[in-house]
Amino acid sequence: MYNVDQYFEPETIDEATALLAEHPNLLIIAGGTDVLIKMHSGKIAQADLLSIRKIKFLETIQKRQDGTLSIGSLATFTQIANDPIIKENIPVLKEAALSMGGPQIRNVATIGGNICNGATSADSASTLFALNAKLKLQTQGGERVIPIEDFYLGPGKVDLKPGEILTEIVISPEDYQDYGGHYIKFSMRKAMDIATLGVSAICRIKNGVFEDVRIGLGVAGPTPLRCQEAESFAKGKTVSAQTLAEIGKLAVKSTKARTSWRASKEYREHLVEELSQRALKVAIKNAGGESLA
Amino acid sequence: MLKKISFTVNGKEVSLEVNPGETLLEVLRKRLGYTGVKKGCAVGECGACTVLIDGTPTDSCIYLAVWADGKEIITIEGIAEDGKLSKVQEAFVEEGAVQCGFCTPGLVLTTTAMVQSGKKYTREEIKRELSGHFCRCTGYQNIIKAVEKSLED
Amino acid sequence: MTVNVVGKRVKRVDAVAKVTGKAKYTDDFMERDMLVGKILRSPYAHAIVKKIDVSKAKALPGVEAVLTYKDVPDNKYATAGHPYSLDPKHRDREDRTILTKKARFVGDEIAAVVATDDLTAEKALKLIDVEYEVLEPVLTPEDALKENAPLIHEEYDNNIISDFGYQIGDVEESFKESDYIFEDEFETSIVQHCHLENHISYAYVDADDRIVIVSSTQIPHICRRIVGQALGIPWGRIRVIKPYIGGGFGNKQDVCLEPLNAALTLAVGGRPVKIDLSREECMIATRTRHAFKYKFKTGVSKDGKLIATHITAISNNGAYASHGHSIAMSAGTKFRPLYSFKSIKFDPVTVYTNLPAAGAMRAYGVPQIKFALESHMENIARKLNMDPIEFRRRNLLGEGYVDPLNGNKVLSCGIHECIAKGKELINWDEKKEKYKNQTGIKRRGLGMACFSYASGTHPVGLELAGARIVLNQDGSVQLQIGATEIGQGSDTVFAQMVAEVLGIPVDMVHVVSTQDTDISPFDTGAYASRQTYVTGMAVKKAALEIKEKILNFVWGMTDIPAEALDIEDANIVYKHSGEVVMPLSKVAMQTYYDTVFAKPITSDTSNNARVNAMSFGVTFAEVEVDIKTGKIEVVEIFNVHDSGKIINPQLAEGQVHGGVSMGIGYALSEEMLFDEKTGKPLNNNLLDYKLPTIMDTPDIGVAFVETHDPTGPFGNKSLGEPPAISPAPAIRNAVLDATGVAFDRIPMTPQRVFEKFKEAKLV
Repeated sequence: MYNVDQYFEPETIDEATALLAEHPNLLIIAGGTDVLIKMHSGKIAQADLLSIRKIKFLETIQKRQDGTLSIGSLATFTQIANDPIIKENIPVLKEAALSMGGPQIRNVATIGGNICNGATSADSASTLFALNAKLKLQTQGGERVIPIEDFYLGPGKVDLKPGEILTEIVISPEDYQDYGGHYIKFSMRKAMDIATLGVSAICRIKNGVFEDVRIGLGVAGPTPLRCQEAESFAKGKTVSAQTLAEIGKLAVKSTKARTSWRASKEYREHLVEELSQRALKVAIKNAGGESLA
Repeated sequence: MLKKISFTVNGKEVSLEVNPGETLLEVLRKRLGYTGVKKGCAVGECGACTVLIDGTPTDSCIYLAVWADGKEIITIEGIAEDGKLSKVQEAFVEEGAVQCGFCTPGLVLTTTAMVQSGKKYTREEIKRELSGHFCRCTGYQNIIKAVEKSLED
Repeated sequence: MTVNVVGKRVKRVDAVAKVTGKAKYTDDFMERDMLVGKILRSPYAHAIVKKIDVSKAKALPGVEAVLTYKDVPDNKYATAGHPYSLDPKHRDREDRTILTKKARFVGDEIAAVVATDDLTAEKALKLIDVEYEVLEPVLTPEDALKENAPLIHEEYDNNIISDFGYQIGDVEESFKESDYIFEDEFETSIVQHCHLENHISYAYVDADDRIVIVSSTQIPHICRRIVGQALGIPWGRIRVIKPYIGGGFGNKQDVCLEPLNAALTLAVGGRPVKIDLSREECMIATRTRHAFKYKFKTGVSKDGKLIATHITAISNNGAYASHGHSIAMSAGTKFRPLYSFKSIKFDPVTVYTNLPAAGAMRAYGVPQIKFALESHMENIARKLNMDPIEFRRRNLLGEGYVDPLNGNKVLSCGIHECIAKGKELINWDEKKEKYKNQTGIKRRGLGMACFSYASGTHPVGLELAGARIVLNQDGSVQLQIGATEIGQGSDTVFAQMVAEVLGIPVDMVHVVSTQDTDISPFDTGAYASRQTYVTGMAVKKAALEIKEKILNFVWGMTDIPAEALDIEDANIVYKHSGEVVMPLSKVAMQTYYDTVFAKPITSDTSNNARVNAMSFGVTFAEVEVDIKTGKIEVVEIFNVHDSGKIINPQLAEGQVHGGVSMGIGYALSEEMLFDEKTGKPLNNNLLDYKLPTIMDTPDIGVAFVETHDPTGPFGNKSLGEPPAISPAPAIRNAVLDATGVAFDRIPMTPQRVFEKFKEAKLV
């Protein structure tokens, strides 16, 4: 039994934001796979919950006419892994979704919850970083849309203001069209694990040259992050093993890894260098480039 | 603060008042007596408490009972029909997939959902579908065999 | 006796109950108004309770009792699931009380509450005010051995539980005869059993003022005795019931909850109280596998013959003695029947540290020593430039070996055949050739490791097992045993044994799976891979006895001499022709209802085994190593066992699968981690403790070399624990083969591998 006193279950977003405005202490719960586990461990001793599970439209995954992809914050990882729009347009997110937890967790865990939990290890985050995803946050009075990078403030800390609900994750057409991508989750186990390092690489290639490269990393710092130096270096460079090697080295420069009992800084940095190249190699192939040995 | 909820368990309608902090696992085991649903970790790490909610394998330990309102729940007690073992249960018995038996109900339910999906699975896909269940006794070998047998036409 | 069911793939007798969810485990029994017991655990690894105030907790509505160390008997007791010894010197170290004033590890039990529900109990725990005097924690065995180390148990002079060892021959003399001396050091980590069902029990006082404890235990009869000792009450006042249990692997061969549970029910006037440990508690406050550090110094002749070995071992026992030095001694004993040494010196020391208490775990000290020894053997073979298999073969002992210290004699040994079979299964020669001179990022290699093990604990422990059979009116029988089914399949093999001897189908043998110390025959329980061997003999004797009684009864009925009769397929038949005389059910009815001769037939026997059969086997493993990331993948793995006659191949394979999987986790991913300064556990949950998932587990190949051991009831020997012994060194040796890097520590986690590769300049 979890220590829950108040419990609300609105069916529309307006009701939900109104309740939040009225009861600022309410904790938003969706799939429950983070909130309830924190309650079990005592990190949250007691909570009054606002469940957004009944706001059905938040489950929607759609491609708008202009090509913008919209993923409702309540979309579960299983839903994302099986969704034809995701599969066709951003299969790298499908890879990330499938790497998360195990089937029963994926069946209930939501992408919105994964982001709002604020963990650097969130399996969807590095890919959403690479895709320049934007987050739509709604309040009783209105809404704001911010880049996902600005949402993460620190370990377990996100810029979710009082009264706000994350409703939608938006990816613009120019950020994914003609890109190929690949996600590598490096963990001790192949399932039911948290990443030692998560690497999501996407790229666009023309005539053997990188038009664009974006690398999102999880667990390489207190929040997910992008490898800006490596990305700027890559632009316009010929796709080659040498370029990749340099990208790998530069990727490390963007990291802020630290030593914890899970892994040392040195090891994580070594993995960044190696796995960013491996992820990019597959991304190159997926972007229609020549495969590198 | 109690909430009234109604749902079905193994086809039987149930209405009761629950505390919002109660888990589906607790309601099924302690209040309704479905003790075939096992608790191994209480945080969704082991899969022993898996039940089918509207056909989907779900860890009932991190699923609030209030969420079950209006759902169809299947527990291990609802798998055998008229005392006859289901194909999945038969396969688990035949292939020696059972040892201590504590992970077994959850695994039988996930396998049942796989059979009901009508999909074909490669061996790797079978492993992925079962990867939310820990078993310390069997090394998973005979479980895989049992699942393959369950999925045979 | 013709073999009908022994040796067959008979379906588990409890399989249907388990696939339908009908099998009842401890938590599935719903006593009315069951209260909840919860434990206040020390946040410090080493501390003394200066003040404790429970008044606020007691005042909380719904709290029925709060107990501290002041409120429980001050009797020191030992928790290990060993048979009692009439010789006080042979008993386990009695070093704990039900609750403690002195915390000896993070999680130690200071106080307990009984409340109407979980939430109230948890709130009450938070309301207990404790003032601790925090002491310096002793977190490594080396620190514990230092001269001025803080004492973990003040009543002893130092932190050493025991340093008793042995010497066979004279190693120093033998070293002089040796052409080469090789030295190696190895280290294993603390791991945990991770049975799916956590420790759980409930207790109440019945109408006759007796304490009834229902518990997930491997050792109900031992549990009764230890609860009696802990509470200082007559043992007969306690009744322990063991229903189905969700795995044990040795962790439930220890009495962890029951004494406190008994004290809690007594504190609330005998009302039922349940203690249901969370996973997080279970991983620190039950038992773990001892971490060992081994040093080997071995003398070898030019032609690759082992001459002498001097083994030094440090065993990290954690905060309480539990099985204590028995683990080190088991290690030092069970490896001996494998290789021939002229001299052996074994110098172990078992020490207390401020970490969770280590106890019994599958194969009881042997996975640790075999990781070290088989890695050492591999290193020696490579230094001698000898084929590692040939080197081992040259030194194997085999049949006829008599252990000079315990007198156990090897009467059957199939180790040579096991090696040959394993080599063939993995395609050793061809692959060895193929994997020469690899330079890529992913490299493959092959490794192997051998083991020897025992069947039970004779002559160290008393090996007593009881069996009782009752003939029912329909000719079926009940079998009662004191030995416990914990998932390993003992109920099924016992049913097969009875069916075999009695000449009835297995489904006519009803095994009473629940042990109840008031009813079940005495047996010390499930451990030491003893049950098919030791209890099996009790079952066989009981079946022979009941058969004799049945045939004598028929003699009385028919005047056909018992010697001329037999039982086949539940019919009484003429032995010479097989012609049916009458159905067994007819005899059975007469035994119950004949107005003159009725006398229901039962048998009740006990077996005190003073023999011990050695079992043997080998693991062959192929790995692929990612040089850049340090990740090791087991590509193929085969275990080949000589466990004598295999009673049920399907169940036997299942034991091997599970043991190998545990061995793979031991080799590659599992270890309990603690903060180096505070001793706080870091990964006591199933997310952070890396138990292999189905996706991490390769196909596991199993084969048996069936010898016949004359001391086993059907020629059988131990099988439950042995599969967990040799996978880790075989995997380690395969990594050495693939990369040239010799690991001396498990688990070989990716980071550890990376660091070692860096040292070796591979990355």
